[in-house]
Amino acid sequence: MHQLLQYALSGVTVGSIYAVVAIGFNLIYRTTGILNFAQGEFVMLGGMTAVSLAAFVPLPVAVAGAVGIVAVCGGAMEILLFRRLRSHSLLHMIVITIGLSIVVREAALHVWDEKVRSLPYFTGTECSSVRILGAAISPQVFWVLGTVGVVVLALHVFFRHTLTGKAMRACSSNPEAAMLSGINIRNVRTLTFTLSGALGALGGCVISPMAMTQYNMGTGLAIKGFAAAILGGLGNPMAGVAGGILVGLAESFSVSIMPAAYKDATAFAILLGALLVRPHGLFGSNGAEGAREL
Amino acid sequence: MLEVQNIRYCFGGLVALDQVTFHVPAGKIKAVIGPNGAGKTTLFNVISGLYAPEQGSILLDGRRITGRKPHAIARLGVSRTFQNVSLFPHMTVLENVKAGRHCRTRSGILASALRTPAQRREERSIMESAAAHLEFVGLAHVAERPVSDLSFGQRRMVELARALATEPRLLLLDEPASGLNTRETDDLARMICRIRDRGVTPLLVEHDMSLVMDISDEIVVLNFGVLIAEGDPPAVRDNRDVIEVYLGGDFGGASR
Amino acid sequence: MKKTPVVPVGIVAAVLAALQLLATAFGREYYLTELIMAAYYSVVVLGLCLLMGYAGQISLGHGGFFAIGGYTSAILTTRHLPWAAGTDWGGWLQRAGVLAARQDLYGTDMITVTPTAAFAAAMALTLAVSLLIGYPALRLKGHYLAMATLGFGLIVYRIVLGSEFAGAADGITSVPPWRITPGLVLSGRRAVRVANYYAAWGFALLVVLFLIHVTRSRVGRALRSIHGGETAANAMGIHTAGYKLKAFVISALLTAAAGCCLTHYNGGIWPSEAGALKSVRYVALVAAGGMANLWGVLVISTVLTFLSLRGCFGTFDHAVFGIILIAIISLAPQGPLKPVAAWLRAAGRALRGGRAGDFAGARTHHA
Repeated sequence: MHQLLQYALSGVTVGSIYAVVAIGFNLIYRTTGILNFAQGEFVMLGGMTAVSLAAFVPLPVAVAGAVGIVAVCGGAMEILLFRRLRSHSLLHMIVITIGLSIVVREAALHVWDEKVRSLPYFTGTECSSVRILGAAISPQVFWVLGTVGVVVLALHVFFRHTLTGKAMRACSSNPEAAMLSGINIRNVRTLTFTLSGALGALGGCVISPMAMTQYNMGTGLAIKGFAAAILGGLGNPMAGVAGGILVGLAESFSVSIMPAAYKDATAFAILLGALLVRPHGLFGSNGAEGAREL
Repeated sequence: MLEVQNIRYCFGGLVALDQVTFHVPAGKIKAVIGPNGAGKTTLFNVISGLYAPEQGSILLDGRRITGRKPHAIARLGVSRTFQNVSLFPHMTVLENVKAGRHCRTRSGILASALRTPAQRREERSIMESAAAHLEFVGLAHVAERPVSDLSFGQRRMVELARALATEPRLLLLDEPASGLNTRETDDLARMICRIRDRGVTPLLVEHDMSLVMDISDEIVVLNFGVLIAEGDPPAVRDNRDVIEVYLGGDFGGASR
Repeated sequence: MKKTPVVPVGIVAAVLAALQLLATAFGREYYLTELIMAAYYSVVVLGLCLLMGYAGQISLGHGGFFAIGGYTSAILTTRHLPWAAGTDWGGWLQRAGVLAARQDLYGTDMITVTPTAAFAAAMALTLAVSLLIGYPALRLKGHYLAMATLGFGLIVYRIVLGSEFAGAADGITSVPPWRITPGLVLSGRRAVRVANYYAAWGFALLVVLFLIHVTRSRVGRALRSIHGGETAANAMGIHTAGYKLKAFVISALLTAAAGCCLTHYNGGIWPSEAGALKSVRYVALVAAGGMANLWGVLVISTVLTFLSLRGCFGTFDHAVFGIILIAIISLAPQGPLKPVAAWLRAAGRALRGGRAGDFAGARTHHA
């Protein structure tokens, strides 16, 4: 029984990071139509930057600093690259973001190195654990779940109740009308990238003590985050949370039926399966995003 | 030759075609007219297999074509042109027309890779046929030009040549005169008659009333997806419902 | 345009022969090894060119097909089959050329599948997988297809990385040479290096030739029509879904075949061949070569792969291809050759205008 609970908890924990990546994906997709494959790199950069900063400022400052820096990177990416490439087909855009993620990753390799790093546990150490229903849980898990929960809630409030949030929603559903209403679309797009960068970085910091941070962790995260986004229904940020948790749980429980070496393949299999069977996701409607042709 | 029976098609909650039934006889020019939004292009899309109707069926020479895929319907002898001319952008005029010969030829990948004698013979026949069709529409002199170089009217003609290259029995023409000036429309009118004389049955959707009245043997009138009149041009012109639908607009003095 | 492109093929063959003679003359025959590998990788890129440049479909998972081909060859030719020893039909299969008895590195007797039979098995497996994946995936649009193929490639990568029978992280080594015909042995031994050079490039040039024939034929027009306007293509009787699948399967088969050949040449295969980095690299090479330009793709792919294999990009190897991808697709999506050619022509005109004499002449020329 507490084996199951262990699996479930680790699944939800890692799933919530996939959820964060998925939210970032969906935000950018909704507002710009671009699938930003470099989303995973935001997570990696957040963790790496925080680790570097933590060497000389207190941990909370390091995390805040990392989030800020990566957020700026996200905005810079939009201004320098994506803004100029608006006229390209979406397929071109995704290939460009793949190239971008490779470049960012290699740059990270040269700035830091291939060593695995991690932030210190936010509370306690790697040995501390809390016992719940017979399962041993690291306090960091509560940090992860708590952070993601707060993020989801904050985003919900942001989109529903603030002017900027509503402006972003307007841009995603009808850019022309939004422009005519006086909303500055270009700024909204920059803001979307900045926000996605911040979210990714936050996720990277909070998962770093448990899952480690390494220069090449971004690719796998991007794909798993994409799997989560597709599973929930592309374009729907909140459904991405559900998708992320499901992917995390599936991955976690897969070790009970498959050799552990194939664990990573589970998320990819979900991605493939979702795309081939139900591309509009569990919560999307058929034909809404036009995933299939003819 | 073409039987359209009780076709019903909806876009979500909007009924685009409702119990549309009519007959297209072989060898006659038939036109489908109606105000904007009447469902004319939707009808074409249902006939050519792009949309599957909720109800009803379409028979080509007694053979049911509803429910088949578009390329299969094209093989059975239904070809079409599109409202916004849909040529293949990265190819020359001649290559576009040759592409129309695809469904009447057979060389596969292996034969093409090895350039077997049979494949080479077939390529020659494709070339001759495509050239002939280009000649028919009067554009043989621009055969090697990329299609982006051509004027709109010329591209219309290339699309027509391409559609004819598939050796159709029924040719659906979607607003062929839109964007053409008076002289070009005259040429078009004569070309459609020549097409009919060659044994292809033209079915056209058109807004240009003078063209329609001039060359059509029969006319079908749609309004909000419902067929409100069918008959020869004088009958349709004098039909009360039709006049009402067009608010007596350009109908009265439209004949030539 | 209608004839077989004898002249370009002849020129390229002559250049290749010259390179080989020069390399041997200057004692730099080791360059040939990288050129051989570049030839096989170019076959992969050419197949992908058919899919991406002509049929307009993207695949970010071709590393997966390379691995399927290479690993099938490797596994079947290095695994001892104990049940085949001393049984009747073990002997029968040996006489039929499917199995062979040989000795491994340590001198132990073993019975394995012959490389030729393993190749056939690899092709069959690739056919099955590409049909299975391609049939549903090719109905997806643009970026969904990209993700589906990426997912496929990664699944293959994870399987070979995590499986004992595939050698896990170490891959499979000691793959035996492949004796295709008495005179033609695919192997990394120095003695047969020149022969392998011509074999590899013969294969690559044959592929180019066949693909050129196909793209100029009825099939080629069908593929290009998909790229241009699928609805219209279907309306003209072209079964676009079928052709997309055919292009996908052909490119997969070519990729797997290259995988088999290279595995025997290198004597081994590693999980990285299935990875996303390799798959993205192939896409970058197609883009750099000009998308729908077979010769351009061959030349650029050979040059860049050769430089990469020589280590000219150092630790920035992956980054270089990432940058190439970004630069080409954002600046010249149809490939760099047309803009470069246009620039060269403009430069040529400028030079000629300048030489026309006095300033007045030049000015009117540019007016």
